[in-house]
Amino acid sequence: MKAAMERGAIQSKENSFDVERVRRDFPILTEQIHGRPLIYLDSAATSQKPQVVIDSLTRYYAQQNSNVHRGVHFLSQLATREYEDARVKIQHFINAADAHEIIYTSGTTASINLVALSYGRKFVHAGDEIIISAMEHHSNIVPWQMLCEQTGAKLRVIPINDAGELLLDEFAVMLNPKVKIVAVNHISNALGTINPVKQIIELAHGMDIPVLIDGAQAAPHLKVDVRELDCDFYAFSGHKLCGPTGIGVLYGKSHWLESMPPVFGGGDMIASVSFEKTTYNALPYKFEAGTPNIADAIGLGVAIEYLNSIGLEKIAAYEHELLDYATETIGAIPGVTIIGTAKEKASVLSFTIDGIHPHDIGTILDQEGIAVRAGHHCAQPVMKRFGVPATARASFAFYNTKAEIDVLAEGIQKTIEVFS
Amino acid sequence: MADLSELYQQVILDHNKKPRNFRVLETANRHQEGYNPLCGDQLTLYLEMDGETIKDVAFQGQGCAISKASASMMTAAIKGKSKEEVETMFDEFHRMVKGELDPETTEHHLGRLTILSGVREFPARVKCASLSWHTLHAALAGEDEIVSTEQPDDGL
Repeated sequence: MKAAMERGAIQSKENSFDVERVRRDFPILTEQIHGRPLIYLDSAATSQKPQVVIDSLTRYYAQQNSNVHRGVHFLSQLATREYEDARVKIQHFINAADAHEIIYTSGTTASINLVALSYGRKFVHAGDEIIISAMEHHSNIVPWQMLCEQTGAKLRVIPINDAGELLLDEFAVMLNPKVKIVAVNHISNALGTINPVKQIIELAHGMDIPVLIDGAQAAPHLKVDVRELDCDFYAFSGHKLCGPTGIGVLYGKSHWLESMPPVFGGGDMIASVSFEKTTYNALPYKFEAGTPNIADAIGLGVAIEYLNSIGLEKIAAYEHELLDYATETIGAIPGVTIIGTAKEKASVLSFTIDGIHPHDIGTILDQEGIAVRAGHHCAQPVMKRFGVPATARASFAFYNTKAEIDVLAEGIQKTIEVFS
Repeated sequence: MADLSELYQQVILDHNKKPRNFRVLETANRHQEGYNPLCGDQLTLYLEMDGETIKDVAFQGQGCAISKASASMMTAAIKGKSKEEVETMFDEFHRMVKGELDPETTEHHLGRLTILSGVREFPARVKCASLSWHTLHAALAGEDEIVSTEQPDDGL
């Protein structure tokens, strides 16, 4: 593991961020892939997990497992407390006004679908409009398309420029009283663009239109403050945030969540049930029918504590350094084109190589122990916009190093040699 | 450990760069779309059938080196063959890329197509190699629907 140690020794001087120490928290980073040290550059797909998160799952199942909100016995109360404590940690993490504005879901996709189904059912009708952007992930396109099919509403799309930036002037013109919701991502998973969501929200609010932000890529990489943004809904996933898979969050402003009908019926979401009438439970439980994902919610709370212990600002600054270094290093290789060159970018580097399909890039890099994503990134309209069938994507997290980016550059050179 | 040079052999790279029969076939009496939704690989296969015989074949589309080379080599291998012969090759090719048929030790009718046997060491790429064959199989069966590598009954 000498190579990995050397890599880990690189330290960012500017912000006293000790990447070597951070790397020791992630057991998977010592794994070998095809006989080479793992270089994991696919954190935009899912992040790796620190030992404290892995331990929290084991501890929960080994010592605390019990159902929540149901028992007077010790374990049930313990599980309930930890589960609800995690909700408060999430509340503070995104600076929500109240813990009941934090709805547990299975992930970003489920969070967006929940709003489409619940808000959509109540507030969207035939002839209304829903605005999304041209750089959305399929999970922020398809639920709205389905809603449009069901209601007869119309889906409208904010265009983007060649750098991968939203055209805000066009957006401003699209706003009209028929628009019932605007749903855009905070950071594009395919391009890395950080969108001016605060401006988008201000413009939409100028016409009393609520805004949902898909924060799947943003929550792990920058400090999110839902009250400062003034967004109406904010969706994100635990697994991209060093937490477990299968747990995610929908933040919603109280007044919206209170006015929205539940989507799933069952246990936990009721106040009282008779065959004549059921009264729904208060927030957040109205939207959390059935036994929830207790272990992973607690695990997400631990992941947030872990990230807080490092500091999101430090993480963002270090990752920005990595992105700048990668953009310079990879962008300088002849034949490489970077897709997504917005001024404001997070640590995602989508690229193509002349005459070489991204899948072939992915396979050759994999043999070097380098994990990148190759494909359309669940954003086919973005690929179409840039006239490519797919891209290769390296995405960086705070546990990556510049030395790893050097190995990526060597891998890209090797790929070009294989195809020369 | 899987060997990259087994996968990206010179012949495969050559077919990728200069795919054979890569055009629209004006005389085609059957054509079929093939699609891999996971990666976006897409191809259109054109067949000119003379009774039970493939008189001519061509393809167009976009995809990785493996899918393009496999399609190119397939068109070269099946021209002039009967439907029955091609179905046998389809079956053998499938089993070869899945690692169930070793062309070194088992009798087969694959000829130069065995160059693609290296794919069996790269499970993630088996679908790339077999997309054109799926599409051919559907074209011969006269199915109208777009062929996807993600159909539930798909053994690959």
